[in-house]
Amino acid sequence: MTDLPPHVITNPRLGSWVAVAGGVDGGMVEVRVGKAELGQGIATALAQLAADALALPLDRIRMVAPHTALGPDQGLTAGSLSVLQTGPTLAHVGGVVRALAGPTSPVAEYVARIAGLDPTLDLTTVEPLAPVAAAAVGRSEPRLDLPDKVLGRPRFLADLRPEGLLHGRVLRPPSVGAVLRSVPDGWTLRDGSSLASSGTGKPGVTLVRDGSFVGVVGEREADVDRALEQLRGDSDWDERDLLPDPDDLPGWLRSGTHEEVPVLDEEGAPGPGSDVVEASYSRPFLAHASIAPSAGLATWTDDGVHVRSHSQGIHGLRDAIAAALDLDPGTVVVEHVENAGCYGHNAADDAAFDAVLLARAVPGRPVLLRWTRPDELTWGPLAPAMTATLRARLEGGRIAGWSHDVWSQGHSARPGYSGHPGLIAGADLATPVPLPPSTDPPLAAGGGTTRNALPAYDVGPRRVVGHRKTDSPLRTSAMRALGAHLNVFAIESFMDDLAHTTGADPVAFRLDHLADPRARHVVAEAARIAGWGEELPEDTGRGLGYARYKDRGAHCAIVADVEVTDDVVVRRLVVVADVGRVVNPDGARSQLEGGATQATSWTVKERMAFDRRRLLGTDWEAYPVLRFSETPEVTVHLVDSDAPSTGAGEAAQGPTSAAIANAVHHALGVRVRDLPLDPAAIVRAIDALGG
Amino acid sequence: MTGFEVNGAHVEVGGDPDTPLLTVLRDDLGLVGTRFGCGQGLCGACHVSLDGAVVPSCRTPVWQAEGRSVTTVEGLSADGTPHPVQRAILDRQAAQCGFCISGIVVRAAALLDAEPDADAARVAEALDGNLCRCGAHRRIVDAVLAARQDPVGG
Repeated sequence: MTDLPPHVITNPRLGSWVAVAGGVDGGMVEVRVGKAELGQGIATALAQLAADALALPLDRIRMVAPHTALGPDQGLTAGSLSVLQTGPTLAHVGGVVRALAGPTSPVAEYVARIAGLDPTLDLTTVEPLAPVAAAAVGRSEPRLDLPDKVLGRPRFLADLRPEGLLHGRVLRPPSVGAVLRSVPDGWTLRDGSSLASSGTGKPGVTLVRDGSFVGVVGEREADVDRALEQLRGDSDWDERDLLPDPDDLPGWLRSGTHEEVPVLDEEGAPGPGSDVVEASYSRPFLAHASIAPSAGLATWTDDGVHVRSHSQGIHGLRDAIAAALDLDPGTVVVEHVENAGCYGHNAADDAAFDAVLLARAVPGRPVLLRWTRPDELTWGPLAPAMTATLRARLEGGRIAGWSHDVWSQGHSARPGYSGHPGLIAGADLATPVPLPPSTDPPLAAGGGTTRNALPAYDVGPRRVVGHRKTDSPLRTSAMRALGAHLNVFAIESFMDDLAHTTGADPVAFRLDHLADPRARHVVAEAARIAGWGEELPEDTGRGLGYARYKDRGAHCAIVADVEVTDDVVVRRLVVVADVGRVVNPDGARSQLEGGATQATSWTVKERMAFDRRRLLGTDWEAYPVLRFSETPEVTVHLVDSDAPSTGAGEAAQGPTSAAIANAVHHALGVRVRDLPLDPAAIVRAIDALGG
Repeated sequence: MTGFEVNGAHVEVGGDPDTPLLTVLRDDLGLVGTRFGCGQGLCGACHVSLDGAVVPSCRTPVWQAEGRSVTTVEGLSADGTPHPVQRAILDRQAAQCGFCISGIVVRAAALLDAEPDADAARVAEALDGNLCRCGAHRRIVDAVLAARQDPVGG
């Protein structure tokens, strides 16, 4: 037997992956994967891989949404791993199907034979046929999901309208750690076990309360919305000032209690000292800021609970719901339904659990729960604030020692991640299910705080250490690229600083320290395509950033042209990426464009504001993101490669941020090390020069 | 009852006249293509055309539609033919998650009705009330520009 892909070993049943629907003659082959469409186009890319694996035309493949009871468990849809993990898996499944149901032509007869295969067949017991030549892979196939979305058809979770639907809302506390003191008069308190008419005078609106968890359920969405606002106005909370000083996040991150995350400690790496160059960098807390508020749909019956969620990990969510409510996991079914892009662990799982808690109060009726916009921005997990101090020793114009210390909260609080359900409402229940501190993915999976903290360059002896802060009142979790955003921003800003210290050109200085030919190629290509060294208009600077995501993923180099006047305007980004063998070139380009554009927003605009009690970024004015007229031109160039495919969605974020900072330095001669890189930060940097 | 026209058909709806038009469209009329993004009139996901003017339907009480004509994203392809803006967005794969795209289609279609020769800067400015978080902005602007050459219904 050839080497079995891990996801075949854990999901060996043929019927978990492949079925035939729609009759034997016109049958469509349904492929059910455990990776979810998050707006990144993965369903289309995986359909292409499935078509080639099964040697079928793409239009015979129908991708079916992930489902805990019917489909495979592939863990999370995260970390740019979907193609990497699913490609070999589908190749095995397809190779087995061809071995048992071939020949593959004529197609109708082949599909009929697939329909006749035993769904309980163990995929690990059959030697797969060798792969056939790629037909669908490598082509820019249009996205399968976009027609519904562009034409305005039902597609998203909140578009579902099952028979008997009730709408639900939850009243989140006004601030972190707030405890509900009293609920308004006139509401009939429910213990969450039965439905009764409420005392609001609005027929059909019911209060659900369990400890500090309060929600409303009702027949009509408009009534439920009004009831929520009434409840918000009437409810009384004990609040405390638990939040850190927003003006000294780096100092706060470095204080308190930490878990050390050692990555590398080589003899001779530099500590603090007069012979080393040293600089510190930071980013604030950020919001995932999905355009859709999170939602969940749940139905509670005597047999169990059925949940529809846009979670990135439906199996982990199933287990977390079961653990939080002491249910048999076998009675909880979660299926994936699309929602807007999440960009990491947002409130999707929390909303699913909210829906379950409300549905429990109205057995037999489906409850569609939707968060509010302020809650989505401020109660979803935040992306952690981070700070890093880098040191380097220079000898003869070269780097001869390097150290990197990075402080952050953990980058994952996903359900089940550290053995806890991790669902926000759990903390508010009368019998609380506490939220554990965020942790980090293991280093073998790319780490979190220390992701991409290891420089790609030849820098002599190295010391790289993460310091994960464990005593924060704020809940943080994964946002695209995790710690790689700040770490690459820091490393690539520092490389420019070191180049200037030695009088070298930043591109030449990088190439001097870079051995990997694929790395050298993307850096040199980005510089060439962008016209590195050319004269630029007044007030405009040009900067480059490079990284290989997670040290073994995509190589990506980006050149930014930035105009700095009263504002910081990113005019153009040139992106050169080597993502290995490309499954869908336009899809990969789209992910890189989007990653670079979103990172531009993080870099020049975004910061979750708060005072000592409340998060203040409650709407799109208080948490501004990049708008159309502020968006740079982005050109993406993919390197031809036969190397194994990697993800593309998280390769651009770190390099973009550094390229922008380096361009600002090029334009003004000032170095901004604390994000966001907005006009106020530039004024501070200029003042610091004069002071 | 509040009476108005939606995508060319007359409708009568009951309930509180202060109910947001968005809620009526989605819950009473089954037109879920118009999306709820913020409820604050700040993101554009719920944009509809009201007598030709683009409004956030989440902040438009249904009484304001009385006797008027509403066009939603569904109405732009009502005869089965996608609007040129929709076709150009699909041709150029100018969306990622697609949650913002209904409101953008409505806004862009209204722009091209009023200014058929809008240039890239004007298109971007017109879409500044529509947020996109995935970073598909430039593709969307290019698609709207491409739609200029495409006669409606052609």
